[in-house]
Amino acid sequence: MINRRSVLVAGLAAPFAAKGFAQAPSRSETLILVQEYGPNSLDMQGIGSSQPVNGVALNCYDRLIRFKPTPLPGGNGNAYNMTDLEPELAESWQMAADGMSITFKLREAKFHSGRPVTAKDVKWSFDRAVSIGGFAKTQMNAGSFEKPEQFVAVDDRTFRIDFLRKDKLSLPNLAVTIPFVIDSELAIKNGGDDPWAKEWLKNNIAGSGAFKVESWKPGSETVYVRNDAWTCGKLPTLRKIIARDIPSPSTRRALLERGDADISYGLPPKDFKDLAEAGKVKVVGVPVPNALWYLALNAATGPFTDVRVRQAVAWAMPYEKIMQASLFGRGVAMWGGPPKPNTAWPQPFPYVTDAAKAKALVDQAVPGGFKTTLIFDSGAATIAEPMAVLIKEALGSIGIDVELSKIPGANFRGELNKKIHPMAINRFGGWLDFPDYYFFWNFHGNNSIFNISSYQNPAMDKLIDGARFAKDAADYQSQVEAFVAMAAHDVPVIPIAQPLHDVAMQKTIGGYQFWPCREPDFRYLTKA
Amino acid sequence: MLAQIGKRFLTVIPSLIGVIIVTFLLTRVLPGDTASYFAGPAATPQAIAEIRTKLGLDKPLPVQFADYVAALVKGDLGQSLTTGQAVTKDIAARLPASAELTLAGLFLAMSIALPLGVMAAVRQGSWIDHLCRIIATAGVSLPVFFTGLLLVYVFYFILGWTPAPLGRLDVFYSEPARVTGFLLIDSLIAGEFETFRAAFAQLILPAVTLAIFSLAPITRMTRASMLAVLGADFVRTARASGLDSSTIIGTYAFRNAMLPVVTTLGMVFSFLLGANVLVEKVFAWPGIGSYAVEALIASDYAPIQGFVLTMAILYVLLNLMIDILYGVIDPRVRLEG
Repeated sequence: MINRRSVLVAGLAAPFAAKGFAQAPSRSETLILVQEYGPNSLDMQGIGSSQPVNGVALNCYDRLIRFKPTPLPGGNGNAYNMTDLEPELAESWQMAADGMSITFKLREAKFHSGRPVTAKDVKWSFDRAVSIGGFAKTQMNAGSFEKPEQFVAVDDRTFRIDFLRKDKLSLPNLAVTIPFVIDSELAIKNGGDDPWAKEWLKNNIAGSGAFKVESWKPGSETVYVRNDAWTCGKLPTLRKIIARDIPSPSTRRALLERGDADISYGLPPKDFKDLAEAGKVKVVGVPVPNALWYLALNAATGPFTDVRVRQAVAWAMPYEKIMQASLFGRGVAMWGGPPKPNTAWPQPFPYVTDAAKAKALVDQAVPGGFKTTLIFDSGAATIAEPMAVLIKEALGSIGIDVELSKIPGANFRGELNKKIHPMAINRFGGWLDFPDYYFFWNFHGNNSIFNISSYQNPAMDKLIDGARFAKDAADYQSQVEAFVAMAAHDVPVIPIAQPLHDVAMQKTIGGYQFWPCREPDFRYLTKA
Repeated sequence: MLAQIGKRFLTVIPSLIGVIIVTFLLTRVLPGDTASYFAGPAATPQAIAEIRTKLGLDKPLPVQFADYVAALVKGDLGQSLTTGQAVTKDIAARLPASAELTLAGLFLAMSIALPLGVMAAVRQGSWIDHLCRIIATAGVSLPVFFTGLLLVYVFYFILGWTPAPLGRLDVFYSEPARVTGFLLIDSLIAGEFETFRAAFAQLILPAVTLAIFSLAPITRMTRASMLAVLGADFVRTARASGLDSSTIIGTYAFRNAMLPVVTTLGMVFSFLLGANVLVEKVFAWPGIGSYAVEALIASDYAPIQGFVLTMAILYVLLNLMIDILYGVIDPRVRLEG
């Protein structure tokens, strides 16, 4: 640990220090991050891990492969592309001729414990991810990784995955935060009776990643230090990261503006807008791939089973007002699109605010209008509440009387799962950025819990399945365009905006890297 | 005396049992589904069911209660899902933070409120009485998050006099070896005066925020009870006997006026300890109030139960202490009754 005195002493002594003598990290090698809340575990595969645990997995563990950083427009950092992958723990990989297996060659890397990383560790970690249950299992299954038998340690440095089916999501799914590689010997030794060492790994890191956790005080602070022996990429320039949990957004903003914090995750859109306009700090907003704020209309029960009523709501929505008053412009508009869709997702639907058209459709379907309810999550109320109020006001003018119901965060998902509510405001984002992946979870007849509108249509299912396992690019394109057009016509959900993931930082901070998990990657960040 | 305290403890046991049962039932009727909250947005129904089984929430209520009591007897308050740690560990880490802040705030409030209340009572209707009324009204009507944010804005953001509201210690200091959990005391024990200074600087703004809020009840109570005592026969007798006014006010009146004030202090203390959530949020103070609220939002049962139980025990101890203090202030008061 360091304090001001030791920093000072180290600074004074620096010119005289012998070469190779390890010094305490200086202020310019130390990053101070403020965030709303920190990790509740150090094990992202464990059940019930919160969103910031992704950051721990990202920085303290390695995966076989990672997405290749691709520059953001505007030059404020990097994002990624689902199909561009680069080596991390794997040195190279080879797809089998029949496309039914893939073999990875591991590089010479060491865990923090000093043990070399072997294929046995990779197998143990992947076995764990598909067996442990909860989110890890769901995410692994999304890439068609379902059984431990699929993972084979051929020799110490060679690892093979046998596919159950040809799935284009398999390879990208190895680069998300879940399939990270754990020091299996260390974990088993400390795990006691539990073969997956859940309790121990929750509180300890057994990885090979670029950073180690120096101290972790749940609910207040996480301190990371660099692993100088990291070989899976360019050695990070930051040597120490202090991540403080600061619940109040006003305090986070004050800390950033005063220069006492280097980077802030999670501020309300209004604060980001103000910070961006004031120009004192750098604000990077990345449209979250495959994510949407939307209004879901229940297509299975209640007044919105009639497609004309759903279209009426889509014509009545006060899109522009919502963008200004609820999102403060921190989003990408999802209305007023061309009549013929393309393969991008999300893309604007061809609706605009047209009260006359909306009124005509309602009068046709339900003369005299009707009463209904709209639910939203109180945890997202800064955005969802103004949105709901504006929707209520707009629908009132076409004869739909909406009653608003704010549901506490712990209960919201449960209420959605009942699938009985006529209208809901929700946000969905899929890690794997493919339109068919989004549609599979949201609009497929299997009626997953993300299909908030309980929309079921065999023709839609056929298109989604067709695109997911398409033979060639042309086939894929026609299927995607067809299902987007179908969704735009049937409007089970009305897209409002693609959210921006906003991060505010000092102008001296560079190397911002955006990942599907949206957590900070300290390996790339720099401080001038 | 000891026998009396022992007897007093016996009467406490039924209330504690009641608290255990009621908090258990209350947390179970909360309108939230812990399992689906912690399964996260990407959970399948199977994943939610797995979490429910893991947490034992699929068992019937009486069985869950029996499990809870059995663990409680062993001193195990369960696991928090929001922090991922044992509740006993969390509370042990966070209670001193809240206690240090609350004591500092209360001490500050007392040092202003007691003299102010006494003076307002002695010079009833004077400017000082009006000042007292204004301070009390303002203090109680300004919400703490507002005073907190205002103080941060003025003294940190604009003037830069106080350190960044980053919690109990600036990021570049490390915590002293833990003895009491009170940073001010621990840093002195460790002889780290620099750390003491840093911890003290962090404490100033949140303590002032709390003090402003608690000024009102203490000043008003001191004033009211002083007024009552000053009008009493024995004070008139003392005056008639020609004692000078400092002796009358200091020795006779104030001591007799202390009883209700001490009660108020106890109430304010226990209220502040658990209820200064907003101050803790604004100053990122890792205290027990924000811990309980986070748990409540997530329908995380174990920390809520642990929090209520800890608070109940604290109340009991505090009341006992106040009762003992009564005996010291006024020998006529007995513990039994």
